[in-house]
Amino acid sequence: MNTKSKILQALENQDVSVYFDDPLENDMILNMGPQHPATHGVLRLLIRLNGETILGTVPEVGYLHRGYEKLAENMTYHEYIPHTDRLDYLSPLANNVAYVLAVEKLAGIKVPRRAQFIRVIIAEMARIMSHLVAMGSTAMDVGALTVLLWGFREREKLQDIQDVFTGVRFTTSFTRIGGLAQDMSDEAIAMLKNFLDQFPEKIKDVEGLLFKNRIFIQRCEGVGVISKHDAIAMGLTGPNLRASGVAHDLRRDEPYLIYDEFDFDIPTYDDGDAIARFYIRMEEMKQSVKIIRQALEKIPKGPVNAALPKKVLPSKERIYGKMEELIHDFMLINFGINPPVGEVYQAIENSKGELGFYISSLGEGAPWRLKIHSPSFINIQALPVLLKGHLISDVVAIIGSIDPVMGEADK
Amino acid sequence: MEKIKQKLIEKLKENYGMSIESVVEFQGTLTITVAKEKIKEICTFLRGDFDLYFDMCKDVIGVDYQRADFRFELVYNLYSIKNNFRFLLKTKLQETDLNIPSVVDIWPGANWPEREVYDFFGIIFDGHPDLRRIYMPEDFEYFPLRKEFPLMGIPGSIPLPRK
Repeated sequence: MNTKSKILQALENQDVSVYFDDPLENDMILNMGPQHPATHGVLRLLIRLNGETILGTVPEVGYLHRGYEKLAENMTYHEYIPHTDRLDYLSPLANNVAYVLAVEKLAGIKVPRRAQFIRVIIAEMARIMSHLVAMGSTAMDVGALTVLLWGFREREKLQDIQDVFTGVRFTTSFTRIGGLAQDMSDEAIAMLKNFLDQFPEKIKDVEGLLFKNRIFIQRCEGVGVISKHDAIAMGLTGPNLRASGVAHDLRRDEPYLIYDEFDFDIPTYDDGDAIARFYIRMEEMKQSVKIIRQALEKIPKGPVNAALPKKVLPSKERIYGKMEELIHDFMLINFGINPPVGEVYQAIENSKGELGFYISSLGEGAPWRLKIHSPSFINIQALPVLLKGHLISDVVAIIGSIDPVMGEADK
Repeated sequence: MEKIKQKLIEKLKENYGMSIESVVEFQGTLTITVAKEKIKEICTFLRGDFDLYFDMCKDVIGVDYQRADFRFELVYNLYSIKNNFRFLLKTKLQETDLNIPSVVDIWPGANWPEREVYDFFGIIFDGHPDLRRIYMPEDFEYFPLRKEFPLMGIPGSIPLPRK
């Protein structure tokens, strides 16, 4: 009887094309994670080593699995919104937007223009917030702790804005099907403008600290290289794909909301290594600042919720004063929005890559099947390709550079 | 966008006319259902055809419909970077025959999504290089996204580790 566990067998069966002459023939199996501080949560890597060189890797996920897809089948569309916060918990706002866009596509709901502008603003805020953590933690993993502290300082400012904006600092649940929980206050707009004015300077500080820093560059340059062809084949999305030279961005390729009205660039790098992925995120933060500025300038006045009483929750003031609204609220909360029979797929460009929701509806209050296409899950899949042939000390730099969030990888 | 859609449907009908069960467009999402026997051939064609060139398989999705005429559906979320076009390719599976050829050799990125479908629905991908459970423990006996699996789980289904 074979007493080895299946994961160990899989590692040994792996096709290995990097060979080194080793007179001792002592391949070593190293477990990294799920509690290793550099594995960003609960990622476990089984690494087969020859000396310090990595011959093969098997990533293992599932330590966090909370069964979000099963849960979705057992609750109404509205009830599921808070669960989307817990997917990519570093950018909950963007996750909220992605989910409601999918439901709105399914139910054929059109959202007022002001709500669309605010959704763009919050999605870009979420991108900056997420990239700040990605930037800081990558730098910390290779030894530059200061950048993590700076990143969190800036993120803290954004969280203060988010607090005024949505009422909470972390799990926002800010969007509603057909609109938003509330309008943006003038105070929040003023705070956001202040933030945008000082933020580019802070990015320059980080660049000044890192981009001429020999330790940082030598630990990231040429490390974890993935070619354009491999990146597409492995299904990488987001900054990780663009760092390999593929200008694929859903904001431009499959425009949702009103992204086609804004002027912004899609930065790409050709190297496909860890430092290229770092540069991309720095550039993207600048582009996000540009988008938010334009959105704040152009934002029109008007309602933030669609006037569709059978589909969109009425405001609390109206529920208290009017019988009709009370009935609608009761029906929506208890029986859901009952979209038509059919299936849709809607994706947005999240900070980690393509975040998509596939919904199959049988016309009931709850989705028959809801599948989350989470970018981190797919990005982690490429780790064996990225790690092969590198040294054990490069592992932390490579994991950091693909920016995995286990909340959405494990769902 | 319209042009590539026409071309895709035309080319599929021309080459695999008999195997195409339905072409549906709902709220802007194009879904083409094909016969299970031809799925591998059609995937190879979609990847290799120079005009269509679907070079990314973004996801493989399993759905349990619990119907009398078929039990499961597999949905391939295909994307062509060159044409900037996406559609869903579907196929139906009977409960009595849960084997289907794997597409990992066409799109290496389908590796984990297929493992996920195997883990949750028990659909077996023939030719998959590493068909193991991905989220659930290795010795887990059930398929949690099948509709008969209760939301609260089956008591005792995950035994405590032996001392």
